This record gives sequence, C-alpha cells and structure tokens, in this order.
Amino acid sequence: MVKFNRFTLDNGLRVIVHEDNTTPMAVLNILYDVGARDEDPEQTGFAHLFEHLMFGGSVNIPSFDEPLQRVGGENNAFTSNDITNYYITLPSANIETAFWLESDRMLSLAFSEKSLEVQRNVVIEEFKQRYLNQPYGDVWLKLRPLAYKHHPYRWATIGKTIKHIEDARIEDVKAFFKKHYNPQNAIMVVGGDVTTEQVKQLAEKWFAPIPAGEKYHRNLPQEPEQHEERRETVTAKVPLNDVYISFQMGGRLDDDFYATELLSDVLSRGNSSRLYRSLVQDRQIFSEVHAYITSSLDKGMFILEGKPLEHISIEQAEAALWEELEKVKNEEIPADELTKVQNKTESTMVFSEMSLLDKAMNLASFELLGDAEMLNQETSKYLAVTAAQIKDTATKIFRKDNSSTLVYLAEKTESALA
Amino acid sequence: MIDRKLAPDFKAIENINLIKPEHKKLDNGCNVYCFNSGDQELVRIEWIFNNLRFDAAKPLLNMAVNTMLTEGTTTLSASEIADKIDFYGAFLQVDYGYENSLVTLYSLNKHLHHTLPVILDILTNSVFPEKELETFKRNQQQKLQVSLQKNDVVARRDFNKAIYGETIYGLGATFDNYKSLQREDLLAHFKQMYQPSNCTLIIAGKIEPETLTLIKDTFDKNWTNGPVAADTSQPELKPATELFYFTEKPDALQSAIRIGLPTVNRNHPDFQPLQVLNTVLGGYFGSRLMANIREDKGYTYGIGSGLSSFKQGGAFFIATEVGADVCKAAVGEIEKELGLLKTELIPEEELSLVRNFMLGSLLGSLENVFSHADKFKSIYFAGLDYDYYDRYATTVKTTTAVELRDLANKYLNFNQFYKVIVGKY
Repeated sequence: MVKFNRFTLDNGLRVIVHEDNTTPMAVLNILYDVGARDEDPEQTGFAHLFEHLMFGGSVNIPSFDEPLQRVGGENNAFTSNDITNYYITLPSANIETAFWLESDRMLSLAFSEKSLEVQRNVVIEEFKQRYLNQPYGDVWLKLRPLAYKHHPYRWATIGKTIKHIEDARIEDVKAFFKKHYNPQNAIMVVGGDVTTEQVKQLAEKWFAPIPAGEKYHRNLPQEPEQHEERRETVTAKVPLNDVYISFQMGGRLDDDFYATELLSDVLSRGNSSRLYRSLVQDRQIFSEVHAYITSSLDKGMFILEGKPLEHISIEQAEAALWEELEKVKNEEIPADELTKVQNKTESTMVFSEMSLLDKAMNLASFELLGDAEMLNQETSKYLAVTAAQIKDTATKIFRKDNSSTLVYLAEKTESALA
Repeated sequence: MIDRKLAPDFKAIENINLIKPEHKKLDNGCNVYCFNSGDQELVRIEWIFNNLRFDAAKPLLNMAVNTMLTEGTTTLSASEIADKIDFYGAFLQVDYGYENSLVTLYSLNKHLHHTLPVILDILTNSVFPEKELETFKRNQQQKLQVSLQKNDVVARRDFNKAIYGETIYGLGATFDNYKSLQREDLLAHFKQMYQPSNCTLIIAGKIEPETLTLIKDTFDKNWTNGPVAADTSQPELKPATELFYFTEKPDALQSAIRIGLPTVNRNHPDFQPLQVLNTVLGGYFGSRLMANIREDKGYTYGIGSGLSSFKQGGAFFIATEVGADVCKAAVGEIEKELGLLKTELIPEEELSLVRNFMLGSLLGSLENVFSHADKFKSIYFAGLDYDYYDRYATTVKTTTAVELRDLANKYLNFNQFYKVIVGKY
C-alpha cells in the first residue's frame, strides 16, 4: 500500500506527495506526457534527443547538474515510446534545490546552440554504442517497423536513422518544448522525508508562476488489427542465429492486459517457466529463450525471442516455439501454475515498495494512466485473472496471421570459426 | 517575485546513521548477522562463502559450482527447486564474485517455512547432474561467443589479464575452460567450499523472533562441517610487463578504451582520498572526463573512472567507448586531464561540490535495510570495522587540494598505465 496526497496547481500541473519518513532522502520525479510516439515521422529520435537537451541549462540557471551535485543530489532521466521521465534524489533537507531546478527548466530552456551541437554528437555515439556496434543491437530498428505499419511505435526511441539526429535544429527544439513541456502535460511526484504542506508551499512558490501553455491533443494513427503473417530474415555479423516473433497485443488499459502479462510469466518468468523448462532444459533446442511484453499505452508487442543451439535449424526452432504456444491455446494452465505466477507478481509488488524512487515513478505512471490509486489495486487485478482468461488471451494473440518474425542468420566469418 | 537566478540555501550533510547488525554464531561455526528494520513483511537472506583458492588448471570451478547450485540435489530436480521457490513468490539467486560466492533468498516471511528447506537442500545435497552440466557448458559457450563480439567486453578481459595475471581477477574464460569442466571436480569443490564454517549468513528485513528461530533450527543442527576446512587463500597478483594492447576491429564504429593500473585497496590509508580524486576525475556525471570528453567534445555517450578493491590489492581504471575516428584524440584528452590533476590544484569550488556530492551519494545509497546490510558486507569481508565509514566521511570533508595533487603524482602516472584499445586506433 503506497499512501499519497494529491493536488493540482492552477496552471494544470498535477502534484502527488508520498510521505515516507523512514529515509533521510527525498525524490522529485517529473513525468512529461510525451514520448517517441509523438514525433514527426521525418524527425524521429527527437523526444530522446530533447531529454539530453534538458540538461544543457535553463533560462535562469546555466548548469543543471552542478548545483544539484553541490547539495548532494543525483539525477537522471529516460525516454520511452510513451513518456519522458526525469528524477532527482537528494537529502531531504535540500529538497528546495530540486524545485528550483525543475521549475526553471519547465519555465524555459536556455536553447544554446553549443548544447545542441554537443548533444547531437553524444546521442549519435549512443546510437552507435547501443544499436549499431553490438551484436543484435539493431533488433528494435528492424522489429518495430515489421510489427507496426501505421502507429508511430514503428520507430525506436533512438530514432530511425542517425540522419534524423544530425538534422535537428534549434527551431525544432524550441517548437518541441512549447508543444510538450508545460505544466498541463506534466505530473510531479515528491516522495520521501517531506510533508504535504511543505510540498504544497514549494510547488506554489516555484511552479505556480509557470504559464499553463497550450494543451497538446494527441491524435495518433492507430495500428489496425493485424491479419497477415510477416517475416524478415537478415544475415548479419552476429555469432549465433536468433529468432524473434512479435505478436500484436492490446494496450496498457485494455481489460486483458493482466491476463496477457501473466501469460508471458507462464511462458518465461524464471527457471520454472514453460519455455525454459521445455526448450532449454528438456528438449535442448535453445541456449536461451525469453517472452515479454512492451506494456505500451497503445497496442503493444508480445515478443518471443530465442537463440537456437548451433545444430538446430531456424525451422525447428520456430516450430518448437509454436508447439508451446499451441499448448497454452488449447489447454488451461493448471491451478498451481496460475497461483505460482500470481504469487510471484504479488511479492514483486511488495518488494518494489522497498524503493522510494520506484514508488515515485509508479505513482506518476499510474496517474498518467488515469489515477495514481490504481497502483494500490494492481495486485488484486493480477489475482483476479483466471486460467480461462489466460487461455482466451493466448488464443486471441498467438495466431500466425498476427505474428511478425525476425530472423538473424549468423554470417560465418573467419573470426567466428576460429 | 522570486529570484530564479539565486539558488536556495542548502545544508551540508552532517550525520549518516548506519544500522549495525546483531551478531550470533551457530554451533556449527556459521556466523549470523541480523539487520532488523522495515515495514514490509519480508526478508533477504544471504549465505556468503569465501571462494576456494584459484586453480589455473581448473579456473571455472568457483563459478560453475555456484551457478549450478540450483540445478538439482539428491532429493529435488532443477525443476522442482524452481517450482518450490516460484510457487511461494520467492526469489532465489546465486551470484559469484572474485572472492565470495552467494546464495540469496528473497522471501515473504509467511512463506519462509516452505522456502528455507529448499536452501538447506541446495547447500547440503547438490549433485550437479551430468545432463544439466552439459547444458550449462554448451549454453555458456554460446553466451561467450556473443560476449566476445562486444568491444567493451574484450577490452575488460584484456585489461584484467594484463594487470592481475593468472589469478581469479585476471581470468577471461575460454571455450576450452568450459569444455574441461568435470562433474567430479564440481562435487569435490562444492563439498570443501559450501560448509558452515566457511559461511556468513546475513539477514535483512523484518526479523521476528520466530523468523530467527526458524533459520537457526534449519541451518544449525541439520548442517555440519566436512572433514577438510576450506582453503580460501589466493595467489599473488602478477601484473604483465607489456603495457599496450591493441585489438583491431576493421568494421568498428566505436573503439573501446580501458586504461589504468594496479593500486592500493580499501585497507590502505590512501584509498579514501583516492576515492575523492577518482570522483573529481571520472566518478560522477559532472566529472572532468565527462565534462570534457562527452559534454564538450561529444566523443562518447559515457566515460568514467573507478577504483576496485580486493583482498590482494586494487586497481584504478578509466573506461569508455568512443567514435572510432576520435579514439586517439580521446586518449590524448584523458592524458591531459590526468596531467592537470598532477600539476594544478583542484579549485575549492569544484572540490566542495565533490565533497557534498559524495556525502549525498553515501546517504542516498542507504535506501532501505538491504542497503545497510550491503554497507556492512563491504567492510566485513575486507576485515574492516565501522570506523571505516567515519573515516570516509571525515576524509571526504577534509582532504585538501594539495593532498590530492600529491596523490595524483604518486598514483596516476600515465606512462605507467596499462592501455587497452579494441576497435580502431
């Protein structure tokens, strides 16, 4: 149970306070309701590049990191296809510094050309390090456009190509800021050794003067239901073959989300899971195999991934995966197996309450979904799922004509044989 | 109107309160440390064993035995172990380090009477079945094939081998190392290492009296020592004479750089001031290496430096991945930054920031009762006591710029550095 208080400033900023006096620290988390899905198809990677620029100085404060480190704080941020999230942790005695810094960059950035130039380079190096210079690093650059034909989830947060990053201009940065970075599009969570009264006062002082800005109305092309089997095979300089099968599934707020997530747990969570036991241990088809969902707000991806052993053909590997999928489609999972994945989910929720930052991020995410209080109802939703619902979900999702298969074939080079 | 250009007042961090454990010793010699705190009805229990002495002829035994502890006992198969743990929503982890191997259980208190017997079984009756061992060997070799394609992994392996020589610290596992693993060796290793006199048990969470009784009942009388005590000594570190290692990857978009040298460990009086110096150079986001090589030049997504501390010694290192075309330039900038530390005093403004940042980090690292137990592990296994943290706070607050400059001259001489480049140079 994560208790909280909630209020909204006149400019539309939603504020949630979670008091936890067992720690001498405080966290200030701001979620902006903007992600890679909100990008122009010709300017992809922009939400993420922008996240970097948020550290390049704001209108009244030349450096974001320096004053924060000076008061013993740390910060970071991440961008997903749906959201951009910034967080600060610091000794609670210095919480006002976090309000000062975050409010100034919500008010306005410095928009420095030098910062843009450097962060373009940094992001290009990030692109290379994580997506191009790693075996299988480009999987999301290939799998997303296979699984999505209309929705902006068809590109990864890093962007479609390095070219889009290179082309970013300061006018684009300003326009993006104006459109998305205003109080109406943000949710702030303050947690830790603070009081609601104190947070109210600080929020009024630092955030209330920020103009409300214009409300962004999202109107994205939705992905139609898939009714065709898709496939792509790439030969690449990778050491082993690798198979990905992505299925279209519902969005985060769909009724069957909880059954779908438990279904992925049945298949792949831990060493007692079906795919590991059957395909790694018993039948020895794969060296590793995984199943997971993207949990995106709009229609998501349910992904199976496995690296077959060297003597196993791609056809055999895919057939073995499909056999397991047929089992969950045709037979309800036994009661014990359902209890197992539900127990695991329940204890994961309890353990996540050990982390102040996790609690703050979770509150922000659920507030974005509609109501922070949903965080406290999560466990009961997982516990209410029945074996019949899991079977129905499997039947609905695991269809050949709902699948997008990406195969990596290892290019046999001299070094790979050595 | 508020003046947004003016930073709010802030307070220096004065008190850092660490939770200290309660110590008990079981009749079989196992030391137990309890950290009782927290609101959630759960505990983390760690069984920590000192690794056996490194044997270059059989270098993977510590790792293989630890990793395969969940693969079957005389009474439970791998599947049954996984089922029992997962069914009760618990998490069972095995982890190995250079010096210790761990078995960790996260469990809700209400399920401990189901989950603890599984751990006892693992620690007393593991059998390392032949079939699971073959699977392990094959899958590890597949993973190794993938790792060896990553420049940063290759750089780390080459670097460790150069500065630590033929020891557990310098080991880069090969395909042959995996192929030569034998079940009998695993069994013998297991029997000598996983015994109560070589175990430290650390419990953190909400520890009710009955929790403790249950743990004692399970792990005292049912768990006995073998005839031979564990040999947990380690061979001396032997750094190589060659300092430069370059592995060319003609297609590389980025080069991995790892440079540094062997240095003092946590037990040496210079270690704590070196931590301050390291933070200035590359130990936080605003460090000089980040400010110059990422934030000014845009050569990299990230660069950092660090200190490792082992029983036998320690190391200082700088690691990054940079655009292949700017690799030489990046190494030049690193050399320049090291030179500045040796010739110029760190300005007080920068040093005070680093002091506050380090104390804030220490405070922030104490997120929950598990973190307090982790702080204890760092000193306990190095043979230090809680004075270490008092000295740390004092050092961070009071080390002078002159001392740090002298320290840079003593420890950070670029021409003595081992340099590893993987990619293009």
